[in-house]
Amino acid sequence: MNARDEILAAARGALAQARSEESEVPGVHRKPVKLPDLVGLFVERVADYGVVVRRCAESEVAGAIAEALADARTVAVPDGFPHPVTGPAPSGPRTADAVVTTVAIGIAETGTVVLDHGPGQGPRVFSLLPDIHVCVVRGDQIVPGVPAAIAGLDPLRAQTWISGPSATSDIELDRVEGVHGPRSLRVVVVDA
Amino acid sequence: MTFLGMPPFPQAAREALGDTQLRRNLAHATATIRAKRAAVVAEVPEWEELRRAGAAIKDNTLRQLDRHLLRLERSLTDHGVTVHWARDAAEACDVVGRIARSHGVDEVVKVKSMATQEIGLNEALAAQGVTAWETDLAELVVQLGDDLPSHILVPAIHRNRAEIREIFLSKMEGTDPELSDEPAELAAAARRHLRQKFLSARMAVSGANFAVADTGTLVVVESEGNGRMCLTLPEILVSVVGIEKVVPTWADLDVFLQLLPRSSTGERMNPYTSTWSGVTPGDGPQEMHVVLLDNGRTRALADEIGRQALRCIRCSACLNVCPVYERTGGHAYGSVYPGPIGAILNPLLKGVGTDAQTDSLPYASSLCGACFDACPVRIDIPEVLVHLRSQVVDVRRGPRPHAEAVAMKAASWTLARSGRLRIAERVSAVFSRLGRRRLPGGRRAVTRLPWPGSLWTDARDLPAPPAESFRKWWRRDERS
Ligand code: SF4
Repeated sequence: MNARDEILAAARGALAQARSEESEVPGVHRKPVKLPDLVGLFVERVADYGVVVRRCAESEVAGAIAEALADARTVAVPDGFPHPVTGPAPSGPRTADAVVTTVAIGIAETGTVVLDHGPGQGPRVFSLLPDIHVCVVRGDQIVPGVPAAIAGLDPLRAQTWISGPSATSDIELDRVEGVHGPRSLRVVVVDA
Repeated sequence: MTFLGMPPFPQAAREALGDTQLRRNLAHATATIRAKRAAVVAEVPEWEELRRAGAAIKDNTLRQLDRHLLRLERSLTDHGVTVHWARDAAEACDVVGRIARSHGVDEVVKVKSMATQEIGLNEALAAQGVTAWETDLAELVVQLGDDLPSHILVPAIHRNRAEIREIFLSKMEGTDPELSDEPAELAAAARRHLRQKFLSARMAVSGANFAVADTGTLVVVESEGNGRMCLTLPEILVSVVGIEKVVPTWADLDVFLQLLPRSSTGERMNPYTSTWSGVTPGDGPQEMHVVLLDNGRTRALADEIGRQALRCIRCSACLNVCPVYERTGGHAYGSVYPGPIGAILNPLLKGVGTDAQTDSLPYASSLCGACFDACPVRIDIPEVLVHLRSQVVDVRRGPRPHAEAVAMKAASWTLARSGRLRIAERVSAVFSRLGRRRLPGGRRAVTRLPWPGSLWTDARDLPAPPAESFRKWWRRDERS
């Protein structure tokens, strides 16, 4: 027998007795949650990771992005990014100091942004190599928690869930930020 | 992989107990993570319900494991992934090695993965002329230091910053001799070193935290970003996935992506989670392989009580609450799976009666139950421990009781009650003044212990307990 058939046969043999049982999966946690101030909670939870968050009106987005890019000399702008980017010179993701992206979803409870690498977000390498990642999140993209995010995302698209900057506590549990991904994450929240 | 030449748990634990540095680091690490975990778990009012959901989803999946694996295989294949099956470690290593060689690759970058450690992939690849670079900071420290990981989550917790600096200076090409021992500087040195590897490597090897059957999605949960690098930059990606990692649907992930980060690092969410469902044209690796690994998992599945260990999502919460682990560290377990989960998973995967090291593990516990309370998928580790102890005793029961089996029972009896431990330590302290000789390497040996330990020491030399017993040290340290 080849490995595949042997493993499957072993699994079937191991399970002979157990087949008929089925455990009930409780589902209360999947009930829709209503939070009074979704955007406010998101901003607070993102800031908890030590991330600079700027909340602004639609008319202020360009200014907020420029401010977030103040210390970058070059910036990568993915196709379909909907806001004007002024200041740093445009560059490819392998050489740019910074990258600007939109997101697919923001999660309030965990302060997470999820990229599904659609228009405005670029392929995965865009948000990976530059040292500064500026994320623009619209208020109406924010969902309460992980169940709503999972329900709203397309599993067939590659996704990157980002919660604060990359970090390690591998050396004596001292937290060090920015090991391999962008060392600085900056989030602009646009009230929609 | 079993660490070669590891002594059985009671002996290795004694050695570890003599190492003050290790004890201090571990106590600090486990206490810190425990406190963080408690805080973020308390934020989730439906935590208990989530645990029950996680356990039930895994149980239901395991009961139909063959069907879900076939579904996973089909989804992966539909999305351009080549699926391989491996009965054991050698077969899995062989698959990965063959993929590397068929592309003329002699260097691969690796994301930290328990499964690839379990099968000893790095060593197997090295034997085939392929160098595997660990890219997780702690794994890099362990690899460069020619060392063994001591904790699932913080594998280099037994090293302090000065030691890490030394390791980088002597083993990492091009490290600036002016490098300080500041953690931020050490991390930056590793970043520079590894960035080159990420950009030049043509092939990466990963594991997966979850594999979704109906969509063919693999999930890697991490903190540092080395995972994203490995999963994005190389042309070829090989993921080694234990067959118990399968979950039926994408929707099931909502439970596990809540349970895992809070239980593991004590965060609301870990910094990075990557998910991908096969090849995305123009984005990331364009050739993908998944190796579905058995290596004892179907053996564990056949054990009706032990089966629940396959629910494990490798969060390491049980390690951080375990009084035995906190005092002995991970090395004493002699396996890539240390702590309470290691004490049950290793014998379940390998079967009892194969070696004394594995058979001693079910005794590496005081059955206090803290691991069960912490476990996000409600694995009743004490129940499985007791079950495995009876298996060990059965298999070792010859015409006469096997000396080791009795001595191991005694060890667990000793660990179980603090009063007994105190007495046993006092007895062995007296005893260690009497019956000492030197082990090779100059370590003092106790040649005999009082009964029932004598059953153990009759069979082998035991390193002497440290002059200060760990309980004495513990009490002193708690006051200070
Ligand atoms: S046994 Fe439970 S607590 Fe321990 S690592 Fe596995 S999932 Fe986590």
